[in-house]
This record gives sequence, C-alpha cells and structure tokens, in this order.
Amino acid sequence: MPMTLAEKIVARASGRQQVRPGEIVTCSVDLAMCHDSSGPRRYGPRLKELGASVWDPTRVVVVSDHFVPAVDAESARILKLTRDWVAENKISHFYDMEGICHIKLAEGGHLKPGMFVCGGDSHSTNGGAFGCYMAGYGATEMTGVMVTGEIWVKVPETIRVNITGDFGPAVSAKDIMLHLCATLGMDNHFRVVEYGGPTVRSMSMRERMVLTNMAAELGAETGIIEGDEITAGWLREMGAEVPADVLDWKGDDDAGYLAQHQLDIQSLPPQVAAPHSPENSSAVENHTGTLVDQCYIGACTGAKLSDLHMVAKVLKGHKVAKGTRLLVAPSSTAAMRDAAADGTLQIITEAGAIMLPSGCGACAGLGAGILAAGETCISSTNRNFQGRMGSGDSSVYLASPYTVAASAITGRIADPREYV
Amino acid sequence: MIASARVWKFGNGLNTDVLAPGLYFKLPAEEAVVHCLESVRPEFVKEVRQGDVFVAGDDLGIGSSREQAPQNLKMLGISAIIARSFARIFYRNALNIGLPALVCAEADQIEDGDKLSIDPVAGSITNETKGQTYQCDPIPEHLMEMIADGGLMPHLKKKIAAGQK
Repeated sequence: MPMTLAEKIVARASGRQQVRPGEIVTCSVDLAMCHDSSGPRRYGPRLKELGASVWDPTRVVVVSDHFVPAVDAESARILKLTRDWVAENKISHFYDMEGICHIKLAEGGHLKPGMFVCGGDSHSTNGGAFGCYMAGYGATEMTGVMVTGEIWVKVPETIRVNITGDFGPAVSAKDIMLHLCATLGMDNHFRVVEYGGPTVRSMSMRERMVLTNMAAELGAETGIIEGDEITAGWLREMGAEVPADVLDWKGDDDAGYLAQHQLDIQSLPPQVAAPHSPENSSAVENHTGTLVDQCYIGACTGAKLSDLHMVAKVLKGHKVAKGTRLLVAPSSTAAMRDAAADGTLQIITEAGAIMLPSGCGACAGLGAGILAAGETCISSTNRNFQGRMGSGDSSVYLASPYTVAASAITGRIADPREYV
Repeated sequence: MIASARVWKFGNGLNTDVLAPGLYFKLPAEEAVVHCLESVRPEFVKEVRQGDVFVAGDDLGIGSSREQAPQNLKMLGISAIIARSFARIFYRNALNIGLPALVCAEADQIEDGDKLSIDPVAGSITNETKGQTYQCDPIPEHLMEMIADGGLMPHLKKKIAAGQK
C-alpha cells in the first residue's frame, strides 16, 4: 500500500514494512530535544525517583533558551541546574544561551530527512521542515523517552497543502500560516500537515521552518516537508554530514491523504491575527491604524536571519515612531552575528530598535519585553492567546516581520507594502 | 468511578496560556496554580472543590506542551476532564499524569453546575441534574494499564521493577 512521507518514517521507526492511519505503534526515537523550562528541572528529579538513567546521551540535545539570561535568583538556579544535569548525564549536545531550541537543532545540523524526533516543546513541529517526523510532548512523557528511547504514536492521517504562486511584495511564509490558521482552523489534532508544491520548493529552509513551526497553531501532530537539494545545501552549510539517502525520503505519488488543499498565494495580502487567537487572521487592511504600544520581533517563528532581513528592508531610512517601541530578540546568537556582519543590525539599530538577548523571551511571557495590563503589541511570534506575552489584560496582534517593522514606523498597525 | 461531581463548564479553544500563564513559570507549582484561568474566570481557583469535573467544548488545551496546564487542574482537585475534542499534547499530558481525559461528542449538553457520575473505564457519563446519559470515546486500550497504574511515572516504576524497561 502506498504511504505518505510521515507514514514511511513512522513505519521505519516502529520496525514495520507498513503502517496505516489509526494504528498504534511504538517508535524508537532517533533524537530527543529538551529545554531549560520543561527539561532537566522536570526530568532530573523523576529519573532519580525511578533510579533510571538517560537511554542514550548521544541522542539528546539540551538547549537553555527560556530563562536566558538569568534575571533573578530563580532563573539563575534553573540555568545552573540544567548545566549540572547535562554534565552529570554526559549529554553530547548542549546549547547554553546560544538561541532558541528549534533554531539550534537546525543550525547544529541535527535534523535530517527520515529521522523520528521527539521534542519537549509544542513548536517541535518546526523540525519537520527538514523532512523528519518531529512532534512535541510534555515533561512526563519526555521523561519516558529519556528512560526508554521509545514513544507510542497513533499513526496520523496526513493533510496535504499544495502551495503555488509567487510571494507579493512584503509577503512571507508567516502570512501563509496566519491565512491557514483562519482557513484550516486550529483543530487538526492528531493529523500531519504536509506542505508541498512549487512555492514550497522555492522557499529557503528558514522560510520553510515557519510553515512547519506554525503547524502547531493548526493543532497538528506535526508539519512536514520533503527534503530536496535546498535541504541538503543547508546541511552542508551548517557543516553537517549529508546522508546518502537525503533525497530518498518522499511520500508515494498515490499515497492517501485525508484532504488536499490548494493555496495560490499570488494575490495573498499581508495578514494580521487579532487578539486572542491565531485563527482571527485576515488582511492587514482590516487592522491598519490600530495603535500599538510595542512592536516585537522574536521567537523561533519570527527572528531568524531571514526575518531580520525583512525588518531591515522595511526600516531602512526610517525611525521608530514616538509613542511605540521596537524590541528585537534574534532567534540565535548566530543570527545576531550574521545580521551584524551583513549590515542588517546597523539598519535596525539606527531606526531606534532595542536589541534583546536571543531566547524565547517575551513570546512565552518570560524575560524582557512583557506587556502591562491595557497594552497592545504587534508581534512576529506564533501565538496570541490571552496573557501569552504578559498581563492577562494585554492584547497581541500577530503578523510577519515586514508588518511588525512597518507598524513600528507609524506606531499603528501598518501595511508593509508601502515601505518595500 | 467518579460520583456526583460538580461541573465547571468552559467553551471552545480553552488554551494552555490561560490554564498555566507563562508569567508564573518560575514559581513552585503550588504557588503558580493560583493563577490558573485568572484572566478568563478568576473565581474558578477560589471555588473549585476536590472531585469536581472540568468540561469544555472543542480544542481543549490548544497551545503549549506545558504539563502545568492539566497538572494545575489536577492539583485544584479536578477528578476528570471531558471535552468534545482535545489538543493532542494536552490529551497525552493529562493521561500521563493520571488525570482521566474523556472525549465526548455530547459534551455540549453538559452545563455549568450539573452533577455528573462518570465511569472512565466504561466511558459512560450520567448527568444526574438532567437525567441524561452520554457515551465517551474509549480511552485507547494500550493506555489502560498506564491509567490503572495512576499515570506514566508509577507505570514506568512498575515496569522498571519488573525488568521490562
């Protein structure tokens, strides 16, 4: 029977020739990722309680990104505990305050087509951009993975999204995802969203990651994109070994999909999601003029080098308006370094932006840049649930880096097409 | 078997950011729990009682992988959660911490303040207030042993003791 890419990976990881949607199988985990919030501080005590050790420290990646850098004694304690746990358990891969976990997995060349990966964070779907099956789990379940190296999967149905057409000016992958949150809804639970079509094939790895990252907002098990020469090129660029089968992990042509959606983006305008849900997305023109206290560029979704390039393209020759503030937290120290080297950072800082450390930061209501009651923010992040970025009485609009930057120039939600 | 439990009823898309706000992540669990649902229903934490049942519409627990979302409900005394549909990580988290999560197509019939009796193993709910009965989707069979053990931690402990890890 023909299988989708996700089904093929689950079949391989569960040691079967064939799996079908709905079957429950146990998969061997190729790689497990965790961060400082849901990781060692949670499973350290649990492993002790069980008297168990990590099943394979060479297959574990730990990233400190939530409480970085420490702002008080408690965050310092959590970061130290994480470091100590990594040393004690001889974990092979540790990124300490170098950027956000999903981006560090990509920059470290850890993700390759065909892999089965578990992450202790909901946006672990991000990893699917590399043609692997990567889903998010909670701390107790990840404790189980740490002990056994295995996890159960109910083989999900796959939904295919075929994307065609060229991006209009100041339109990006983020606008596609906000549009899909409104059209496909956020209740695609226990399903895989597979992205394909000529537009996806022409997208960079950084932009592809936005599609799979926000599969979490569609409610999906994960998002996935078949590997190709662009995937192989990324691995080479990151100094990772390119596996011989890098181009072989593809779904069968006649694989069964639960649904197939066609999306032509030729005339897709920039999108904005109104408070308090990503599914409240519509064209930017429905929100232009709304006053914003804060403009935030950050998170795994919206602060990679490509996102900083979008911001600079809009900001060049402009200043941040009085009455608002633009905060920029690059998604990794490497993104910050590269943006400094190519002049991007100069444009952003000359406009008056405030640079913040690389980490999850205000996106998750942590660290610098959180909101007071009554404040409104436009953000390049992925979620705007009530209270997400600070006070329960604050409001967050989601948009692309282009749209956030344009809004910083006017102090109101603005159409970025007027600036590029 | 859960008998005569008071219902706390919520709507669709109740997310992990309101169940466990990130603002309080650093606090010990017993301090963070008082902020559960404070932005949408501040009286919940004050009035919820041991054994009460949490009922919602679609997409219960959409959002983050944070286990504090179902953990807060369990710490506050919730004995079972019922929804028309669950977000996948929240569903797995609830079962892993030993909190029964039941998918019930008729959850909309249940109202705030109703009294329910629930048989999580049989997957049946009796609404004593309305004199109705509802059937839930069965909990996946492979998880029944873990649930009977009280969650993944006691289940792992048992397996490790038996040398089955």
